[in-house]
Amino acid sequence: MNFAILVLLPFLGALMPPLVERFSSNRTLLACGAALLPTAALLMLIKPAQQVFAGQTLLSAVDWIPSLGLSLAFRLDGLALLFAILVLGIGLLVILYARYYLSPKEKAGRFYAYLLLFMGAMLGVVTSDNLLLMVLFWELTSLSSFLLIGFWNHQTGARKGARMAMTVTGMGGLALLAGVLLIGHVVGSYSLGQVLISGAQIQASPLYPLILCLVLLGVFTKSAQFPFHFWLPHAMAAPTPVSAYLHSATMVKAGVFLLARLYPALSGTDLWFDIVATAGMATLLWGAAVALFQHDLKGLLAYSTISHLGLITLLFGLNSQLAAVAAVFHIINHATFKASLFMAAGIIDHETGTRDMRRINGLWKYMPYTAVLAMVASAAMAGVPLLNGFLSKEMFFAETLESSHLGALSWLLPLGATLGGVFSVAYSARFIHDVFFNGEPVNLPKYPPHEPPRYMKVPVEILVALCVAVGVFPAFTVAGLLAVAAQATLGGALPEYHLSIWHGFNAPLVMSFVALFGGIFIYSQRRRLFDLYARLPAMDARLVFEGRIQALGRLASAITGRLQNGSLQSYAAWLLTLVAVVLLTQLPNLPGWHGETAMLPLDGVSLLCAGMLVAAALLTTLLHRHRMTSIMCLSVVGLMVSLLFVRFSAPDLALTQLSVEVVTILLLMLAMYFMPVRTRAESSVIRVVRDLLLAGVIGAGVAVMAFLVMTGELSSISPFFLEHSKPGGGGTNVVNVILVDFRGFDTFGEITVLGIAAMGIYALLRDMRLRSARYDALGRPWAKDAHPLVLVTISRPLLPLALLIAVYIFLRGHNLPGGGFVAGLITSVALLLQYVASGVGWVHERMPGDYHPVVALGVLLAGLTGVGSWVFGFPFLTTTHDHFHLPWIGDFELASAMLFDTGVFLTVVGATLLMLANLGKLSLLDDKKEGA
Amino acid sequence: MELLVAVIIGVLVSTGVYLCLRARTFPVVMGLTLLSYGVNVFLFAMGGLKIDKVAVVGLNSDPTDPLPQALVLTAIVIGFAMTAFLVVLALRSQAEHDTDHVDGNDSGEGGR
Repeated sequence: MNFAILVLLPFLGALMPPLVERFSSNRTLLACGAALLPTAALLMLIKPAQQVFAGQTLLSAVDWIPSLGLSLAFRLDGLALLFAILVLGIGLLVILYARYYLSPKEKAGRFYAYLLLFMGAMLGVVTSDNLLLMVLFWELTSLSSFLLIGFWNHQTGARKGARMAMTVTGMGGLALLAGVLLIGHVVGSYSLGQVLISGAQIQASPLYPLILCLVLLGVFTKSAQFPFHFWLPHAMAAPTPVSAYLHSATMVKAGVFLLARLYPALSGTDLWFDIVATAGMATLLWGAAVALFQHDLKGLLAYSTISHLGLITLLFGLNSQLAAVAAVFHIINHATFKASLFMAAGIIDHETGTRDMRRINGLWKYMPYTAVLAMVASAAMAGVPLLNGFLSKEMFFAETLESSHLGALSWLLPLGATLGGVFSVAYSARFIHDVFFNGEPVNLPKYPPHEPPRYMKVPVEILVALCVAVGVFPAFTVAGLLAVAAQATLGGALPEYHLSIWHGFNAPLVMSFVALFGGIFIYSQRRRLFDLYARLPAMDARLVFEGRIQALGRLASAITGRLQNGSLQSYAAWLLTLVAVVLLTQLPNLPGWHGETAMLPLDGVSLLCAGMLVAAALLTTLLHRHRMTSIMCLSVVGLMVSLLFVRFSAPDLALTQLSVEVVTILLLMLAMYFMPVRTRAESSVIRVVRDLLLAGVIGAGVAVMAFLVMTGELSSISPFFLEHSKPGGGGTNVVNVILVDFRGFDTFGEITVLGIAAMGIYALLRDMRLRSARYDALGRPWAKDAHPLVLVTISRPLLPLALLIAVYIFLRGHNLPGGGFVAGLITSVALLLQYVASGVGWVHERMPGDYHPVVALGVLLAGLTGVGSWVFGFPFLTTTHDHFHLPWIGDFELASAMLFDTGVFLTVVGATLLMLANLGKLSLLDDKKEGA
Repeated sequence: MELLVAVIIGVLVSTGVYLCLRARTFPVVMGLTLLSYGVNVFLFAMGGLKIDKVAVVGLNSDPTDPLPQALVLTAIVIGFAMTAFLVVLALRSQAEHDTDHVDGNDSGEGGR
C-alpha cells in the first residue's frame, strides 16, 4: 500500500468543506463532508495496523528529487501508527466538537479546510521516512497552525498570537532543517531507516553537538519547552477546538515525537541528558507552577500542557529505555485527558461566555454532566489512581529514582518530579474546585448556564472513557499499541515493564501521595499565593516579543530605506562598485598580464580606425549633453565596430552590425523628437569623479581580461562545428549553420525575446501622449519640409533594389555571409527609409501597418519547423537538406533550416518595424493634435 | 593588434559605464548602447583574432572560431531590441512623470 495516498487524503479533504459550503449551508452536512476523508484514512489504516502489530515496519517510496536525496518515502511502524491514530482519531472528534462550537455566523468551511490541512501536514510528519520530507511537513504544520490560531483574525490577540507561534516554530523549523542536512551529510542518506541504525556514526562525528543543538532547537520550539514556551499561552487565542487538537494532542507533540523518532540516533550521550533533561525539568516545574496562577481557564490548561510536555521531554532525556517507554505512554495519556479538558473548557466558555475562573464558580448546579466529565479528566491530569495519568506518572516517578546521571545530586530528580506533581495536583484541584464549586457564579455574560447540545459532549465522553479504560485495564487497552510504539522508538527489544495499577507499597507510590496531599495543601493556601503572585513584577512575554519584532522591523526598514532609496543612479553605482571590487581583488591573482601566444602585427589602417573609434566613443561621452552631436558620434562608433568585425574575419557580424546601426540611429533620432535636445549639467564634482573612477576601473579590468584571453592558449569546441557544418547542416557558412541548425534552439529563444520586446514596446506606446518641442534649445523650429523631395525621389526606386539584395543575402546565407537576421534587418531598413522619406501615412496607405501578425508568424514558423522534425521521429529542430536542380538557376541545395531562417527573417522584420513604426505614429498623433 | 582591441573594449566599457551613471534617460540609453558594443566585441574576442580566415568551409584551411560570432550575431540584434525597449520606456516615463530624470522626479541628485 502506498502511504502517500494516506497522507494525501486529509489534503484532499481540505477541499471538501469549501465545496460542500457552496451547495449547502447545513452545518452538520459540512462537518460530515470534512470528516469523510479522514474517516476513510482511518479505515485504510486498519489493515496495515494489523501488520504493524505483527511486528512489521511498512515502507513505501516514490522518488521525487533523487539527486537531492529527497523522496516521497513513508514509513508505518509502531510509533507512526500511534501518532497516526492520535492525529486522525482526535481530529475526527474535534471536527464533531467544532460542529457545535462554531456559531452559525462563522466561516466553518474555511475552518475545516485549515484543520484538515493541518491534519495532512501532521500525518506527513509522523509517517515520513525521509528526513527532508519530514521537515517539509513540519513547516507545513507551522504554516497551517498559523492559519488556525489566527482564525478569528478580527482579534488583535489572535493575530499577534498566530504571528508569535509562527515566528518561534518557524525559526525552530529552520534550525531543524540545518540539523537534518547535517545528519544527511554525516550518514550519507536522509532515509530514516539508515539514520536510525547509524547512531554510533552520528555520535562519533565532530558535528554531533551541532546536530543535536539544531535538532533540539526544532523540538523545543515546537513542543514549547523552556525558554521557548512563551508562544503557547498566546496561541490560546485560537478557537478552542484548535487548542484541543493542536495544543494538546498533535502540533506540540510533534516536538516530542521527533525526540522519540530520532531517539536511537541521537540519545545515549551525556550531552543529550544535559540538554534534554535540563530543559524538560525546567519546563515541567515552570509550567506547573505558573499554571496555578492563571485565571484564564485555557491559560491554566496551556501552562499545564507546557508542564506535561516538559515531563515527556525529561523522560526522553533520562537516557533509559524504560523512561522512553514511559514517555511514549504519557504522550498517549496526555493527549486523551488534555484534549477532553480543552473541550470541556470550550463548553464552559460556550455556555457562560467567559473563561475567567474568578467569575466562573459553582457550575456543578448548572451543568453536572459536563462537570463530571471535566472532573474525571482533571483527576487524570493530576495523576489520581485508577486513571491513565496515574500509570504514566508512577512510571515517571520510578524512573527519576533510578537515574544516577547526577551522581551525588541524583536526589534532585525525584525531588523536582515530586514538586512538579504537587503543583500539577494543585492546578487540577483549582480547575475542579474553582469552576464547579466555590460558591456562586459572578456576573456571567450568559446566565444561567446550562448543558451544551447532546453531541457536543460525545467527543469529551469518548476521551474520558478512554482515560478510565486505560487507567483501570491498561493491559487490555493500551498495552499492545504502547508496546509496538515503544519498540519502534527504541529501535530494538523492549525492556521489561508492567502496566498495572498496583505495584505494591513502594517509593513512587509515596511520591504520588506526597504530590496529592501537597497539592491539595497548596491549593488551600491559594489566596495567600495569589496575593504573592500579584505582587511579583509582571512580565508579559507578548510585549517583550512584539517589542523585539518591531525593533527588528525598524532596523530592517532603516537598512532598506538606506539602500533602496529610489534612486536608479545609486543602485547602478552600488552594482558597478561591486563589479569594480571583484575586478580589483581578483585580477591581481592572475598569473600574468600577457598570455603565451604572440600578437598579430599592427598595421596603419587598423590603428587609424581604432583611433577614430576611441575618439568617437570619447566624444559621445564628452558631448553627451549635446544630444544630437552625441548621436552622430555614436553612429561613428557603431560603424567602426562593424569595420572591426570585417577586419577580423567576421563578415556576418559586420553586416548585422551595420544594419542594426542604421536602425538604432533612426530609433534614437525618433526618440529625440520628444526629448529635450540638451541635458542640463547637474552632476556634482564628487559624483563625476566617482563615476569616472568606476568607469576607469571597470573598463581597464575588462580590457585586461580580454587581452589575457586573446593572447592565451585557446581551446574551442568549434572544430566540431567546422567539421560537421557541411555534411551535417548542409551549409558552408558555419556561423549561419550554427544559428539555424546546431544552436537553433538558442536562436528560437532569441527571436522569441525579440518578439516579446516588440510587444512590450507596443504596450508601452499605447495611449501614450507626448508633446514634442516645437523649437530646439536654440529656438530653431523643426524643418517645415518634413519630406524633402530629393529624399522621396531617391528612396522610392531604392526599395525594390534593397529588397532584392535582402532576398539575395537571405538565400546565400547558408553558404556565404548573410542569413535571416541580416536579410531581415536590410528589409527593415529599406521599409523604414520609406517611412522617413514619405511619412507614416503614405506608407500605411500602401501596405498594412500592423506588424504583430508578422512577428507571430515568424516565431510560429520557426517553432513549427522545429516541431516538424517530431513528425519524422527526430528531436526538436533536427534539420534535413537535399540538392535540387532548377532550370536556369542551376544546382542548389535546400535545407529545412531555410524555413527556420525564414521564421527568423519574419520576426526580425516584424519586430523592428513594430518598434519604429509605432514610435513614428506617435509623432503623427502629435501633429494631428497640433493641427486640430 | 590584440592590445589595440583590448584598448577598444576598455574604452567602450568605460564610456558606457560612465554614461550609464548619468541622471537623465537619454545619456543612459547612449551608455547602454556603448556598453553593448563593448560587450559584443569582448565576446567576439573570446574566440581569438584572425585576419582573412572567414569561417566558411572550403575557403580557409585554418578558419576563425565561428561560435562566438554566432553568439554575438544574436546578441547584436537582441541588444538593439533592448535599446529600443529602453528608449520607449524612457519616453513613457517622460510622458508619465513629465521629466526625463531616471528616477521619475526632477529633484536633482538623490541618494548617494
